[in-house]
Amino acid sequence: MTAQAMIDEWYPVGLFSQLQPAGRQTALMGEPIVVSSDADGNATVTGGNGRSLPVLVRYGHVWSSLGQPKKALFPIPEADQPGRRFVDVGAVRVRCSPLRAVENFLDIAHFPFVHTDILGAEPHTEVQNYKVEIREDVDEVWATQVKFYQPQAAKSAAGGITTEYMYRVPAPTCSVLYKTCPPRPSEWDVITLFVQPLAEDLCDVWPWMALFDDDTSMTDLIHFQQTIFLQDRSILENQIPRLLPLDPGMEIPTRADLTSIAYRRWLKRRNYTYGAQLVAQ
Amino acid sequence: MKLYDYILSPSCYKVRLMAALTGVKLDLQPVDFHPGLEHRGPELLALNPAGSIPILKDGDLILTESSAILVYLAAKAAAEWLAGDKPEEAARVQQWLSFSGRLTTSLGGARLHEMLLRPGDIDALQAQGISALRELEAGLVEQSLRGRRFVAADRPTVADIACFPYVALAPDGGVSLDPYPAIRLWSRALRSLDGFIEMPGIHRLHELKPEPLIETGEA
Repeated sequence: MTAQAMIDEWYPVGLFSQLQPAGRQTALMGEPIVVSSDADGNATVTGGNGRSLPVLVRYGHVWSSLGQPKKALFPIPEADQPGRRFVDVGAVRVRCSPLRAVENFLDIAHFPFVHTDILGAEPHTEVQNYKVEIREDVDEVWATQVKFYQPQAAKSAAGGITTEYMYRVPAPTCSVLYKTCPPRPSEWDVITLFVQPLAEDLCDVWPWMALFDDDTSMTDLIHFQQTIFLQDRSILENQIPRLLPLDPGMEIPTRADLTSIAYRRWLKRRNYTYGAQLVAQ
Repeated sequence: MKLYDYILSPSCYKVRLMAALTGVKLDLQPVDFHPGLEHRGPELLALNPAGSIPILKDGDLILTESSAILVYLAAKAAAEWLAGDKPEEAARVQQWLSFSGRLTTSLGGARLHEMLLRPGDIDALQAQGISALRELEAGLVEQSLRGRRFVAADRPTVADIACFPYVALAPDGGVSLDPYPAIRLWSRALRSLDGFIEMPGIHRLHELKPEPLIETGEA
């Protein structure tokens, strides 16, 4: 378990809208860091030994890295699309591996049991076949043609609909979900999960959304997403082992787990193992 | 009746749960508690100088203490949730209503620290929470020896609703409920009540739902 391959990645470390000159103490992969704003209101991030860390501001959040990022932060073109509303959901701390937080976000089979009557309901429990690939050109994991029956797919949904999803993992601790947009069938709602690894078994999760919804209040949009994520949190904190197993020896996946399998393979291949268990114990 | 509400607040959930169990209709006004800190903004501070939620507004009446709100809802809609005329029962209801404040500061404080990054001495909060849970466990065991399933009587009262949410959500603050069988049975009894509603982190009892109808003819 080494941080090396993941150290040059960008990670979310705070909401840009909540930056304070006094700074907020947090951590990144075990190192204490301070996220603050300078006299001009720009974000600054200071590492444990006082060194300045790389900073950028994108998708409502401040991003930083303990290493030297070799590439720009992954693109989300919808973030620049007029008419969308951008929702800063705020951090929720979870005592789990940052990789497990992402993997849970990629799973749909749990919807009827954990998000009952919102994202799923019995007896509509079947996960239909969908497609998964590791796109080598962009170095991302993609799942497409995911379909699921949902009683209340979004705050803007009036009743039950079969929702279509696309999942994308563009960085080891970030996932972007594209989902049927009830008020605008020709567009996708964008819901992201940005995970800040505090330690291998502790993370702050920063959900963020870019939605077409002109009717729902911002507070209602935040609460809808917090409801969903808090239903997941108690499950995540009880997963064993705490670290995400990359050794296929201990688990037997099913077809519904295709995205998870691709994600784990991709992590292993790229040596993205901070928060992973390499050998089953 | 308007409730200034936050979906993740156990104290707000007490009010929503009480209203659901007694058939009272609430007009919910969502408050951006996290990350917006709207409860500390001028509009809500004018209603409640303590800067906390829930706040219940019914005409000219403004209530800011969740136990008082529970009593108000019960008195209006379902008096059987209040203490009867027996002195001992009346005292027990008051005892556990006051006790619920300790759950809020200890287990509630641990939960805010562990989940929403609020400041606090986590070790002290968890230790105080465990001490309160042990007291509740002992109280419930004594009640069961008297043949009663609930904290103050042989029926659920406002005192049960006042104590239930922070107890059920103790694991959110890193405090396990594994050592407390009487608490788990009590939690099950409350979750089985007609009209029970859930909140994130408090799941419904799936086994109480009717068997799902399996459509025939599918592979």
